[in-house]
Amino acid sequence: MSVRRLGLRSVAVGYLAVILVAPLGLVFYRTFVNSASAAWEALSDKDTRHAFQVTLLAVGIAVPLNTVFGVAAALAIVRRKFPGKGLVNAFIDLPLALSPVVVGFSLYLLYGRTGWFGTYFLRHGIQILFAWPAIVLATIFVSVPFVAREVIPTLREVGDEQEQAARTLGATGWQTFWRITLPSIRWAVIYGVVLTTARCLGEYGAVAVVSGSIQGKTETATLRVQEEYENLNFAGAYGISLALAAIAILVLILMTALRPRETAH
Amino acid sequence: MSISARNVSKRFGDFVALDDVSVEVAPGSLTALLGPSGSGKSTLLRVIAGLERPDSGSVFLGSENVTGRPPQDRGVGFVFQHYAAFKHMTVHDNIAFGLSIRKRPKDEIEKRVAELLELVQLEGLAKRYPSQLSGGQRQRMGLARALAVDPEVLLLDEPFGALDARVRAELRTWLRRLHDETHTTTVIVTHDQEEAMEVADEVVVMNRGRVEQVAGPRDLYDRPANEFVMTFVGQANRMGDAFVRPHDLELTLEPNGATREAMIERILHLGFEVRVELVRDDGVQLSVQLTRDEAERLELERGQIVFVHPTHETTFS
Repeated sequence: MSVRRLGLRSVAVGYLAVILVAPLGLVFYRTFVNSASAAWEALSDKDTRHAFQVTLLAVGIAVPLNTVFGVAAALAIVRRKFPGKGLVNAFIDLPLALSPVVVGFSLYLLYGRTGWFGTYFLRHGIQILFAWPAIVLATIFVSVPFVAREVIPTLREVGDEQEQAARTLGATGWQTFWRITLPSIRWAVIYGVVLTTARCLGEYGAVAVVSGSIQGKTETATLRVQEEYENLNFAGAYGISLALAAIAILVLILMTALRPRETAH
Repeated sequence: MSISARNVSKRFGDFVALDDVSVEVAPGSLTALLGPSGSGKSTLLRVIAGLERPDSGSVFLGSENVTGRPPQDRGVGFVFQHYAAFKHMTVHDNIAFGLSIRKRPKDEIEKRVAELLELVQLEGLAKRYPSQLSGGQRQRMGLARALAVDPEVLLLDEPFGALDARVRAELRTWLRRLHDETHTTTVIVTHDQEEAMEVADEVVVMNRGRVEQVAGPRDLYDRPANEFVMTFVGQANRMGDAFVRPHDLELTLEPNGATREAMIERILHLGFEVRVELVRDDGVQLSVQLTRDEAERLELERGQIVFVHPTHETTFS
């Protein structure tokens, strides 16, 4: 092996090792260095369990919603002509471009006491900010682009000839969608869902601004890591981090397993 | 079931694809829409199928005006140039698709699929996926799929265009034979004039969104309506205002009063046919078609001076 190739590989592997592997490895180590039971106790804490429930709620609402939106938007953008199509396409990417803190702040302005929508909700006794609805809203917003971005190029590449064929064979629009279109973008949708889930789990900035991080009420698991660390409850912080990291690694494995399928199809 | 397209016009932006086109297709016939790229032939086929909506004009299938109807309600079978195979389904499920949409009972579907697999000679490949088939096999599957629902009208859009020459020739013969058995009204779009002549009862020649001529293969060749048809269907030499077919040019070794002098530039041996490319004394290039035996008898050579005169000419006023 030439020296140059060896050097390039070392650089790549070394970079990954420093940026990714070492920090993760450290989390693993620190979690169990004191004792496994301390970490377990931290995870069984009432407030921690509640934080995971809030995370689950946010993911459980945001992912299906953004999946349906992503597929619908992709179909509209690729298969239809309408005024402002380019603008819609660009707007879908907006959550990627905006800082999450800006997202949180704009939600704050909208739903706060003097906000545009805030006054309506206030009148009807519904609390948005500093409660779970705000967390869900923020999570939905930041994870909007992923399914659409995966499906759009796949839909374009597949083309609509199969759909035309289905129509000539007697299929209605709905039948064509379920039996022909959806199966042809199956892997792109799955990959998009995996990315969306990962994003929802990891969101900090936007959720932190709108939730107030009230222990036992409006904390997500990710927020709680920060909370535990600030309260010097390191076992708790590392324990929750480990749980989230384990989920992330699972997501990573899924992403890698699905990706070759996408190109070979 | 007859097909009637009446005064159909269609444009895509500034491009006029069809300009007041009217075509009648007799029931049970096999008609070819022949023309170069951009002639509008595919657009017309798709308008008949309902895959495109015309800007004006109407389409009749039999006595019914189907102009406003979507493709799923027209009862047409369509075969695509690039197969449009349902990639995620097996060959069996592809063929069964139309029937399963119509919710036919399972044993009826199985029977019909088996029949069709035999018809298109794809028995044993039912469980394969389209990606595991050759181009010719995929297109036969496409045909079986279209035929499965017993369409009144079968439309084929350059069905053999993506296949290599040998497979194309085989499928051409096979399609004609199939048509002779089933007598389904069929329209095939092609840019290959040999294909149209070989397969069709009647040929509609199109150019730039208009119909140039409608005739049987023989009349098309022997009595072309205009210059375009003459030069598109078969070869033609231009001699002043007149057109002469390559096999209507007589080649002699001695002059005889009516002949003009020419020099042989190239001799092409194309199997049975021999093509001799000449340049006449005034610089006009000509192409003469001879049989192998004729060429041998004359003992022609490159650079040789010979004498030509047309035995038959066609002029258009």
